[in-house]
Amino acid sequence: MIPISWYLLLSALLFAIGTAGALTRRNGISIFLSIELMLNAANLALVAYSRMWDARTGQLVVFFVLAVAAAEAAVGLALFIAIYRQRRTIDVNRLNLMRW
Amino acid sequence: METAIFLLFAFLAVASSLVVVAHKNPVYSTMGLVLTLSAVAVLFVLLGAPFLAVLQILIYAGAIVVLFLFVLMLLNITREEMPQSGQPVQRWTAILGAAIFFGLVGTLLWRVYHAANRGPLAPLSEQLVSLKALAGELFAEYLLPFEIVGLLLLVAVIAATVLARRPEDAENAGTAVGPVLTGTATTEPDPSGQNPDFGGGGR
Repeated sequence: MIPISWYLLLSALLFAIGTAGALTRRNGISIFLSIELMLNAANLALVAYSRMWDARTGQLVVFFVLAVAAAEAAVGLALFIAIYRQRRTIDVNRLNLMRW
Repeated sequence: METAIFLLFAFLAVASSLVVVAHKNPVYSTMGLVLTLSAVAVLFVLLGAPFLAVLQILIYAGAIVVLFLFVLMLLNITREEMPQSGQPVQRWTAILGAAIFFGLVGTLLWRVYHAANRGPLAPLSEQLVSLKALAGELFAEYLLPFEIVGLLLLVAVIAATVLARRPEDAENAGTAVGPVLTGTATTEPDPSGQNPDFGGGGR
């Protein structure tokens, strides 16, 4: 039987990788992909805790997270399409209109 | 056996997530994300959540990733969009920050785990795996959040449609006879069809 802590450490590792990606990437869509990775790492931790406590609540929360991630992806990608139409780029370094 | 499966798919998840964050071409990043999500779905099955594993494949790896690929295709973003992948200083700072963050989160999860540790893990219970019990709890105790999430998805669909609409379409929306009045529609009778590589960007 695999200890739950292994799952938790894997989850933390995936989350950290996603964080590094979201901080270093320039392409807006790649940043989005990193955020999806972080959400998924959180899902893994929730399911692992659900297993540990033998309770379904964690799984239900993951269900809601999936729905919210779908909504977020839809709106975010539509935003990127609108931005690309205006600026012809989605390089976040050049989208600096509201930066100080 | 179970340990071998866990190690294999954990390694696969980490390796493909590194591809997601490190590859220059966003299409390859998206494919790496598919691999990561599939590996995590296998871990969900090991943890006694087969329904969530199926949802993960269907919604994440199916719908969401296809949406990403669709937008990448529409915008035609290849690697020249990011000629300079960040100054080295920023990259190393981000990696250092992520490492510290990993330490923090790992320690936190570890301590919560040990505070709640109740000896060796019990075998999977019927109650945890059962889809019937999951659905019963979802539609009884969590009915209101469920409905709210449905509403959220509806709002997201509307928002995506409005945001991704072309500005010309917004202007023409008020005049139903726009192409007839302008009289210039010789080759493009439908104003929404004259630039097909930007059409249908919504959900």
